[in-house]
Amino acid sequence: MSFDVGRVRKDFPILDRTVRDGKPLVYLDSANTSQKPRQVIDAMTDFYERHNANIHRATHELGEEATEAYEGARIKVAGFIGTPDETEVVFTKNVSEAINLVACSIGNAHRLGEGDEIVISEMEHHSNIVPWQLLCQRTGARLRWFGVTPDGRLDLSEADELINERTKIVAVTHQSNVLGTINPVSEIAARAHAVGALVLVDAAQSVPHGLMDVSSIGADFVGFTGHKMCGPTGIGVLWARRELLDELPPFLGGGEMIETVWMDHSTYAAPPHKFEAGTMPIAEAVGLGAAIDYLTDVDLAAAHAHEQVLLSHALQSLAEIDGLRILGPAEPVNRGSAISFTIEGVHPHDVSQVLDDRGVAVRAGHHCAWPLHRALGVQSSTRASLYLYNTIDEVDALAQGIRTAQKFFGVA
Amino acid sequence: MQLESMYQEIILDHYRHPHHRGLREPFDAQVHHVNPTCGDEITLRVAVKAVPQTDLGGEPEIVDVSYDALGCSISQASASVLTDLVIGKPVSEAMQISDAFLELMRSRDSDADDEVLGDAVVFAGVAKYPARIKCALLGWMAWKDATARAVSTLDAGSLNGEQT
Repeated sequence: MSFDVGRVRKDFPILDRTVRDGKPLVYLDSANTSQKPRQVIDAMTDFYERHNANIHRATHELGEEATEAYEGARIKVAGFIGTPDETEVVFTKNVSEAINLVACSIGNAHRLGEGDEIVISEMEHHSNIVPWQLLCQRTGARLRWFGVTPDGRLDLSEADELINERTKIVAVTHQSNVLGTINPVSEIAARAHAVGALVLVDAAQSVPHGLMDVSSIGADFVGFTGHKMCGPTGIGVLWARRELLDELPPFLGGGEMIETVWMDHSTYAAPPHKFEAGTMPIAEAVGLGAAIDYLTDVDLAAAHAHEQVLLSHALQSLAEIDGLRILGPAEPVNRGSAISFTIEGVHPHDVSQVLDDRGVAVRAGHHCAWPLHRALGVQSSTRASLYLYNTIDEVDALAQGIRTAQKFFGVA
Repeated sequence: MQLESMYQEIILDHYRHPHHRGLREPFDAQVHHVNPTCGDEITLRVAVKAVPQTDLGGEPEIVDVSYDALGCSISQASASVLTDLVIGKPVSEAMQISDAFLELMRSRDSDADDEVLGDAVVFAGVAKYPARIKCALLGWMAWKDATARAVSTLDAGSLNGEQT
């Protein structure tokens, strides 16, 4: 089946607007946050206009409808990532909160102490580094990490030493938000499970492209966020094996996460509600459900194939530019569609400013992956990231814009 | 193309040929500032001296500002322009220039006071791009911090009756 990108683009109202004095928007910043289709915007508006009420507590028809919409979204999420059990799906604010939830709950369960080790990688987003640093500070556990190879893959050469009988948690990214690298998380998980460690996968960048099946990936926890997959901000997901959600103590205390409350103690609701304290982002969950419907309807496999064509074209076009260094895999193999690069003699902020002047939206900086940039010997980079609504012409606009930046700053 | 409104020729000149760059001795205070959104960083030193009591009073003066920085054209050029503007000035006058520059960055209208700001008025175009204001301010914030520290060492020194 052919993928009609023109039809898809019509679903995204923002792609019609112009920026910087009438230039068509070329949005290449989807790894940062994706744009939202009309279907998602409408679903949220419809929720507020027709069904808005609090969930699980309102004893009226609107409350029933709101609860059904919210819990319906949970079922859609479960289906999308390959679990038949929607109680394994906990709504959070974002991936950061999902990872903090796991780190704090494991800490609160006293499952970690001195002599124990947590293994992450140098490729992680800050959200999969800092929560573990905090947990180590609280428990006395030691933080260790996989390095990266010069071509932007995880260096697994010392995996057997790194993941050992002291290892309690292994937390790695499924797909690098900087390099696009797709990591062999199942392999890493198998090694981790062999020594009895728990495995968390940061899937913020892979789930939006439909690359997640929790039934086969081998992880114990998977975190991802709605806003990178056509959904709204403010809603993220933690998937965890049900027995772990049963075992782990709550993260935040408050309304709706309880079973009973006395003045001196409380008992807790069953998962997933045990981990959803206070009024949740209800309309946002509904929006995420609509985003999943949207991605399913457009045929994610076809969309992914389209993205891979764009990625190949982009890698090839950028490789032809003198002075441009692509960070991460240069070939479109085990690689997603985020491309970070440096231009000799032009700072990423200046590259992105020239691109922005031409209507091309990219990101410049360290992309919340400062240690990775340090490991690759660069201070910062420019990142273009592609999604289902991008086109070959937009990739060409990127390449042209980069050449313009080089001319403007006198390096070409 | 609106690029020229931000990247004025003076800015590009300072970027390509920065003034007073490099870390020098002697200095009274050194600071390291980072822009956490992009990782740009600057190490900046300030040397001050107490001007002998005159009719004008005993005001400390900025003797030298030296720096080592990694960053974009805006942050590099801004640090370079800053050194031209403050070296040799009494601290209070240099602080006024710094306040005027901050005001220029905060206000989006560009009726900048070029008598006070000199070459720095060309950064008015940067103020229209909120994401870049932090770049332009990196050096100034570091300078302000270092100068306050340098002056406090001076105060401590003069209290102890030392010569600087």
